[in-house]
Amino acid sequence: MKAALFAVPLVVVVALVGLLLQGLRLDPREVDSPLVGKPAPAFALPALGGGAQITERDLQAEVSLLNVWASWCVSCRAEHEVLIALAAQEPQLAIYGLNYKDTPADAQAWLARLGNPYRASAMDARGQVGIDWGVYGVPETFLIDRQGIIRAKRIGPLTWDYVRDELLPLIRELRS
Amino acid sequence: MMRCRRFATVTLLLASSALASSALAWSENDQERYQSLLAELRCLVCQNQSIADSAAPLAEDLRSQVRNMIESGESDRRIRDYMTARYGDFVLYRPPLKPATWALWFGPFAVLALGLFAAWRLRRRGQSTPAPDVDPAALKRILDTDE
Repeated sequence: MKAALFAVPLVVVVALVGLLLQGLRLDPREVDSPLVGKPAPAFALPALGGGAQITERDLQAEVSLLNVWASWCVSCRAEHEVLIALAAQEPQLAIYGLNYKDTPADAQAWLARLGNPYRASAMDARGQVGIDWGVYGVPETFLIDRQGIIRAKRIGPLTWDYVRDELLPLIRELRS
Repeated sequence: MMRCRRFATVTLLLASSALASSALAWSENDQERYQSLLAELRCLVCQNQSIADSAAPLAEDLRSQVRNMIESGESDRRIRDYMTARYGDFVLYRPPLKPATWALWFGPFAVLALGLFAAWRLRRRGQSTPAPDVDPAALKRILDTDE
């Protein structure tokens, strides 16, 4: 009984410390999207630079990425070179852009200066499609499979580590 | 943070005055629903602010989304479902009751019950330990033989 009196609080405290330590490692900015595992929300938006409207069906032809970006977004600038390299390395991967709350002129100037990794960018000038996709911090990237199901969501800029360790293996898995 | 808050106050004042002048179709009830919905929806950009307090552009968009949905006659439940379908339960300041949140809702009561049980056990044990029987003669003998 004496031993239990000592042991029980000790176990409780150790468990609590473990739980809180785990909490320290989580990033509160990364909120799991309820959309992962669900069909991509429908949309129809004009393409940047003209051409046919872009809809969610364009994302179903093959495994594709929808990258939410804007010319005013600083982190987008940081992830841009990763997207450019990814587009060069994975030509079958359909990378689409969702140009979020931007002006066509700024967006086009940005792509002209830094290179264009996208097959096309849909212009979501008012951010309405962004709401349907649960976008809350640009940049965000969605991975969509051939059935049009969202398979992964990256919040924040794409990094080499993320692409190599998580995105590419997942893409390979979806293709096989 | 301060700047964010001051900004929010100004936008809210502007928004409410615009609302007061433009939306005569709004009943008092609509206005109350609007305010209470905004207060219980979390802004995902300024995470410790509700969308009523936040000046983030997204909060602004979501405020107008809530307003539009109220105007088109949607229920509070439908509006909350709309938000959680896009942003998850995290967008609600009051998490819903479901298996994943049982620990959150009932955990404190379970811990309280455990504490009460432990206290009760300890008290009972203290009371039930009887005072050792003392033979007065033996006690006297011991005291007397003490040097």
